[in-house]
Amino acid sequence: MAHEHKLEIFRGLWKFKSNTQKIWGVLIFLTIVTIIEVALGILKPEALMGKVLGMKALNWIFIILTIVKAYYITWDFMHMRDETKGLRRMVVWTAIFLILYLIFILLQEGGYVFDVYDNGYIKRDF
Amino acid sequence: MSTTVVNAETEGKAWGGGNQPLKASYGKMMMWFFIVSDALTFSGFLAAYGFSRFKFIDAWPIADEVFTHFPFLHGVDAPMYYVAFMTFVLIMSSVTMVLAVDAGHHLNKGKVTIYMFLTILGGLIFVGSQAWEWNTFIKGDYGAVQTKGGNILQFVDTDGHRVALRDFAVVDEHADRTQHESKSGLWFVSEGTLPTYTVDEVLHGLEANEHVLVRTQTLTAEGEKTVLSRAESIKQIKNNGTLVVEGANLHVNEYGSPLFADFFFFITGFHGFHVFSGVLINIIIFFNVVLGTYERRGSYEMVEKVGLYWHFVDLVWVFVFTFFYLV
Repeated sequence: MAHEHKLEIFRGLWKFKSNTQKIWGVLIFLTIVTIIEVALGILKPEALMGKVLGMKALNWIFIILTIVKAYYITWDFMHMRDETKGLRRMVVWTAIFLILYLIFILLQEGGYVFDVYDNGYIKRDF
Repeated sequence: MSTTVVNAETEGKAWGGGNQPLKASYGKMMMWFFIVSDALTFSGFLAAYGFSRFKFIDAWPIADEVFTHFPFLHGVDAPMYYVAFMTFVLIMSSVTMVLAVDAGHHLNKGKVTIYMFLTILGGLIFVGSQAWEWNTFIKGDYGAVQTKGGNILQFVDTDGHRVALRDFAVVDEHADRTQHESKSGLWFVSEGTLPTYTVDEVLHGLEANEHVLVRTQTLTAEGEKTVLSRAESIKQIKNNGTLVVEGANLHVNEYGSPLFADFFFFITGFHGFHVFSGVLINIIIFFNVVLGTYERRGSYEMVEKVGLYWHFVDLVWVFVFTFFYLV
């Protein structure tokens, strides 16, 4: 029985006395992140509308915050933090590699189709 | 036969990791592998959504303008508040689930029961909210006109506020067209519900109302939709308008590209189906907890396994939330 939990998050910056306490701590953190996301989504600050690497800075912030949330859900709620290195890598690296590959191919192709529509004498505005 | 016995004396020292290198039970490991494959399925859907969006990057519906409703608050513009609430409900039910798992480690039957119950409750609230969200989306709000080319023309007043068809369309009492039913005509031809107004009625309304303008789905450099001039508005509806669209389904979508509606139904539907089956599995586990099955077994690992599935459903929602509502 694996009762042992690693009771710290943020690389030891925030330590907890029990697993239950850690769960509430992570909930507080996830709630704050969600509130930030929603607030940014409603306010849409003008300063974050500039493009960074082909996408709005705001959208990059959303994606990064989502990955942060996903990390804490997987690591603390699904107890990935307490699994062996082998299991963790098998699950996480496989998924990350395949997903990045898929995203790259499909977005690249989508952008290409857009260019064809845009410059390729195809009329859509009627 | 002792010569044929193959014994490399590897018991307990097969390799660095030992004979159980992952130190996880069979069931838990299989749940993880299922989750990986399911994550890839969802990624496939979301990446396909990204593909379609990049394909129509200059004409994609703005989520803030689509999901603006909150239950019991009619006419209040509340973009995203309800989805944020749904996200919070799901995260909360994830928390009660992990608390149930924790109580299971301490073999505390009473606590596991309470937390499992709360988890089921959270799941039901989420599925119910999802149904409400779908209903609002299908019913639509302002209505729009679809052109020959499949583009959507919406209506705004001179200040840029949306105008609903019901507020300006001039109803022509003589132009009543009843819905075709198989009993009153060709039995092998069917017809869906007719829109409340015809394109002509909308056109007359547009001509009669000085302050109504047409808004196309093309996005400007600022990410807002293009508003046409008065003359151009009338010309567009007159020459290109073919169909009045109210709400959204798999064929048409008053908010913009029909693909947006298709993906919305498909992805949130597939996720909602996961939540629904998660609730069913949780209910089964809940009754097993109440009946003392795991108490007798001396291990609440089953709670841990469904917990993994439940957290995964939450995890997927985090991504759906970002890519459908925020980005």
